[in-house]
Formats: sequence, C-alpha cells, structure tokens
Amino acid sequence: MIHDALVQIENVSFGYSARPVLKGIDLIAKRGQVVAIMGSSGCGKTTLLRLIGGELRPDQGTVRVADEVVSELDQAGLYRLRRKMGMLFQFGALFTDMSVFDNVAFQLREHTDLPEDIIRDLVLMKLNAVGLRGAAYLMPSELSGGMARRVALARAIALDPMLIMYDEPFAGLDPISLGVTGNLIRRLTDTLGLTSLVVTHDVQESLKIVDYVYFVSEGVVEAQGTAAEIRSSGLPYVHQFVHGEPDGPVPFHYPAQAYAEDLRLGVGSA
Amino acid sequence: MRKTSGWGLGVLKALYAGISGLGRQTVDGVWRIGFATRFFFAILLHSGTAMSRFGLTIREIYFSGVLSLIIIVVSGLFVGMVLGLQGYETLQTYGSEEALGILVALSLVRELGPVVAALLFASRAGSAITAEIGLMKATEQLTAMEMMAVDPIARVVAPRFWAGVISMPLLAAMFSAVGIFGGYLVGVVLIGVDQGSFWSQMQAAVDFNQDIMNGIIKSMVFGVAVTAIALFEGYDAPPTAEGVSGATTRTVVTSSLAILALDFMLTAFMFRGVK
Amino acid sequence: MNRVLLDFWVGLFVIAAIGALMFLALKVGSMNTVSKADTYEVSAYFENIGGLKPRAPVKSAGVVVGRVADIGFDSSNYEAKVMLKLNKRYQFPKDTSASIMTSGLLGEQYVGLQPGGDSVKLKAGDKIQITQSAVVLENLIGQFLYDKAQNGTSGASK
Repeated sequence: MIHDALVQIENVSFGYSARPVLKGIDLIAKRGQVVAIMGSSGCGKTTLLRLIGGELRPDQGTVRVADEVVSELDQAGLYRLRRKMGMLFQFGALFTDMSVFDNVAFQLREHTDLPEDIIRDLVLMKLNAVGLRGAAYLMPSELSGGMARRVALARAIALDPMLIMYDEPFAGLDPISLGVTGNLIRRLTDTLGLTSLVVTHDVQESLKIVDYVYFVSEGVVEAQGTAAEIRSSGLPYVHQFVHGEPDGPVPFHYPAQAYAEDLRLGVGSA
Repeated sequence: MRKTSGWGLGVLKALYAGISGLGRQTVDGVWRIGFATRFFFAILLHSGTAMSRFGLTIREIYFSGVLSLIIIVVSGLFVGMVLGLQGYETLQTYGSEEALGILVALSLVRELGPVVAALLFASRAGSAITAEIGLMKATEQLTAMEMMAVDPIARVVAPRFWAGVISMPLLAAMFSAVGIFGGYLVGVVLIGVDQGSFWSQMQAAVDFNQDIMNGIIKSMVFGVAVTAIALFEGYDAPPTAEGVSGATTRTVVTSSLAILALDFMLTAFMFRGVK
Repeated sequence: MNRVLLDFWVGLFVIAAIGALMFLALKVGSMNTVSKADTYEVSAYFENIGGLKPRAPVKSAGVVVGRVADIGFDSSNYEAKVMLKLNKRYQFPKDTSASIMTSGLLGEQYVGLQPGGDSVKLKAGDKIQITQSAVVLENLIGQFLYDKAQNGTSGASK
C-alpha cells in the first residue's frame, strides 16, 4: 500500500460477459493529484470508474480507496465510502424534476441534518465556486450542456469529498466551456485538496491540467507518465492518440475481406 | 436443381431460427419474471423511506392520482350514462325499468368501477411512471443517486409504488360514484324512470360488504399490479429512445392483461356464494 | 410545484374520494348486513326451498328482520336446512311459522315469518317447527293441468 495513494488499483481484470474488458490494470492516484485515464472509446475507462465506485466487482485483483478494499465493503460501508466520493457523469445526470438549487442541496438534505438556512448558504457557495450562483433557481432543462455539467460538478462537491471522478467532462463542449471546465477541475483539486480522476479522450485540454496520465488500450495500461512525458512519447499508440493521426495501431479500416473480392473483381459470377 | 434445394434449406433455416427464437424468448421471459418478482420484494423492503418521509409519497399521489382525476371522472360519467341508456332499453322489454338503479350500481361497483378505472390509470399514470423512470435510468440519474449513497429504489421507486396503491381505490370509488350519478342523470332525469324506485331498489340490492368492499379490494389489487408493472418496466428499460417507448407500450399492454386476468380470478373468488 | 399547493391538491383529492366512498356506502348500498353481535341464529327445515339464496331477506309483516345465513342439505331427513340470522331487536314466539314466499310474481324469494301465540320466545340455536316450502312452478302447472283434466272429464261426463 503506497503511502499517499488515495486510489490504488492492483492487477484488476473485469469482463461484462465472457469477453474481458480490463486485463490486469495497475493504477495509482495520489492525494492532491489530477490523474487522467485516456484511451479510445470502449477501452474500459468508464468501467474503471464504476469499479472504483463499487458499482462493479473486479473478477480479479483489488481496488482500494483510502485504504479500504471496495469489493469487500458491505452496503453500509459502501454508502459511507460513496459519501466521500463525488462522480460527474458525462451529461451531468442532474435530477430533471428539481431546480439547480435542489440538485446541489440533494446530498446535504439526504445525508445531513443541517437546517435549511445553512444548506442554503452552502449551496450558494458551491454554485459560486463553479460560477453559477445566479442560475440557482433555474430548472435543468433550461441549462446549456456546459452549464449543466458545472452544476453537476457543484453537486459532486457538495459534501466536500476526497475524490472526484469525471466521466468525459470535456465531451461536446465549445472552446470556452472547455477552458472553463479544465480550469475548474484544476482549481478545485488544488484549493480543496482533493484527488481528481478524469476519464477522457480529449488530449489537448487534459494535458494542460493533469499531473499524471494513464493510457489504456486493449484492457491494459499501454503507457503512463507525466503530461510532458506523454507528449514526447515515442510509443506508436500514444503518438497516434496525442497527435490525432487517422491511421496507426488503431486501424482506419474496420476488419473486412479484401477490397477486390468485395467488389467481385476477377471472380466469375454464380 | 440447385435452386430448389436452396429454397428448401432456406425454409428449414427459417423454421429453426423461429423455434430457437421462441425458445430464447421463453427463457428470457421466465428470467424477467424472476427479476420482476425480486424487484417487487425489493420495493416492499425499501418502503421505509416512502413512509417516514411521507412528503415524497404525497408528491407522487399528486402526479399519479390527482392528475388522473379528470379522465377518471369524465369516463365514469360517460360509462354511467351509457349504462343507464342501454340498461333502460333492455330492461324495458321485461317491464322492469325500476331495476335500472340496481343494474347501474351493481355493474359499476362490482366490475366497471375497479376495472375501467384501473385500465385508465394504467394508460395515463402507469405509462407516465414508466417513461419517467426509464428516462431517469437512461440519463444516468439513478446511477448518480446510487453514487451519492442514496438508494434509488427507496427514494424514487417506493414512493411511486405506494402512491399508486393508495390512489387506485380512491379513483375507482370516484369512478363508480360519478357513474351512478351519470346513470341517474340519464335514467331519472332524461328518460323518466321513477326516482324513488331507482334509489330504493338500488339500496336494497347493493350490499356494502359484499359489493362495495369487494370492489375496493379489487381496485387495491389492481393498484398493486399496475404500479408494480409500470415501475418494473421503467427500471428495466434499455437506456435508449426505442427502449423507453417500448417499455411504455409494454406497461400498458401487460397492465391491461393483468387487470383483466386478476379481475376474473377475484370475481370468481369473491362472488362465488352469490348465485 | 411548490409543497403547499401540492399538499392542497392531494388533500382535496383524498376528501373527494372519501366523499365518493361515503356516497357509495350510504346512498347506494345498504349497511344492513348487521354485525354478528346483533343477531341470533335459528334453523328451519324445508321440503323444497325453491329459488331461495343465501343473503335473501327474512321478513315479517313485510319488514326485513334478518337474513338467510346459510342453506344446506340434511342427509338424515333429506330436507333443506336453512339457517336464519335474526336481528336481536326482534323476538319471535316459539311457534312462529316460516314460509318461502316470492316477492312479486317472478321476483326474488324470501323467508316470511308468521308469528304464533307462544309466550316462550325463540332463542339462538332453536328450530322453527312449522314450515311451508316454496311453491315450485312445475308442480303448480302440473296441478293446474290435473285440475283441468278432472273438470274436463267431469264436465264431459255430464
């Protein structure tokens, strides 16, 4: 158990059915770090988050959060742990039948006995941290995608967790919102002293703010390193990913039979 | 020659595919029923929050019950009026027009009230519940709640269940009451059946315990069935647009079939003694 | 939808529903299935009960004084055993007679009690001694045809 590691994943394998998605992953996230998990779609990044959150149990290996093995916790222990974790879903996953204010206040109302006026102050403080204090009484349907995600972030930090997991926080945002989001993730991690795990495939934005990167491909950690190390990496997969090359270790063509055969050139008709 | 054997092979292949598909569907169906039963018991087990924070349940009673009032009342009125009209036509041939009150009241209280109100509830409130829960699942709201250490079954599903169970008998009672009034409107006011005999014969024939209470019990059973089906279909819906729409349709169809089947069973059980 | 308005509408909904239930209970139905405590049971044997059903009324002088609780067959004397639940408010003499009557020409059948003159009253578990069976339509028609035949032959022989 490494001393200042908040999240420690050791040799974890997992598959939804017979086909394994993750094959022996080793990953460490230290306290106060912003760690990115990158890779192309479907490589198991979101699965990793669900394993850390205790939604799934690894077929093999251990997932440790704050020195506790997640898969060995009972329901009460798991809920206790989850109160110290925040999760930001790809499209925000705000509760659509409540206002922005009620969304952020949700955890405070469910898990604490704080009186309403203190809750009000806390909610407004969290919204202020993400710059949306003025939108407190709007409904989620009235927010843009970027704003919804920021509200979800405010909701995730409501109970001052020690770990926040971001599932594709940069997906589908305009350049300004990208900058805002990246900036928020870094600032919150530094000011609140938490650990952030960012699952993303937006290379440019994340390399600006992360401390450490893990590259996942085909269920294993292909490469890892600091942002600078990754940028200058010579590994073909990393290189293709970072520079956005259309063809490389991840092929352009979906597997198919030979082109000539498909067009029936040179083969007699039946 | 090659073409004919190719055609025969095609038929065999289609047959094989059809039968194995049917087998697979049956196995899936059985699995689903098992899952649905576990889900139902999970709802019952996690109902503590729905009871202790009754405000949640009240909110759902508003959305399921109160908002269904209009369709229930209007339908009840029309059903009662039609009963009055049709009943009068038929009874007149036997010279028993004064029995109109009995006809309208017993039909509504014993059968039409619980059954039609349940069918309408399934279409309106049941499909709404399924769509809502399905959408919450598709947009990861339920998962988000889980990750915030709040059990979605206790917080979202159970209050809706109890709201449905509570609303259903209330709606059925209102349906019957409005229907009887509709029958009175057509029979007494419009056609001219004697008012006194309308009500007195009805009172003599309708027994509170046998007829009215049994009707209420029926509607409670329907409430449990419809709401449970609606919640399950929503919770189990694939998180896509087609998934949710398919689930909504299934709710209405399955609920309707369940209502009619349960109605037969309950009627056979309850009204056995009354020949 | 704020809390207060929501609660208001739900409250209204519940009140309306209770109103409907009250209407059904009082105006539509009759609460005259008297509870067990207020009744006493007596038995009566009939040769033929005709179309008598359980829950049929037991009337005396045209007023409902009880209900038919149960109808069974006694295989020792091959007669129908009818259990009558009578309202405790009404006491009948021991020599009361029970007959099965029809309300109207083709209407529902009920048990009519004709009180006798005995000073001793019927109590729970007693048996009504004098009974008159139901009039069975087929027997009536048969009787009528027989009488007609009788009159016909006697008329013809004149």
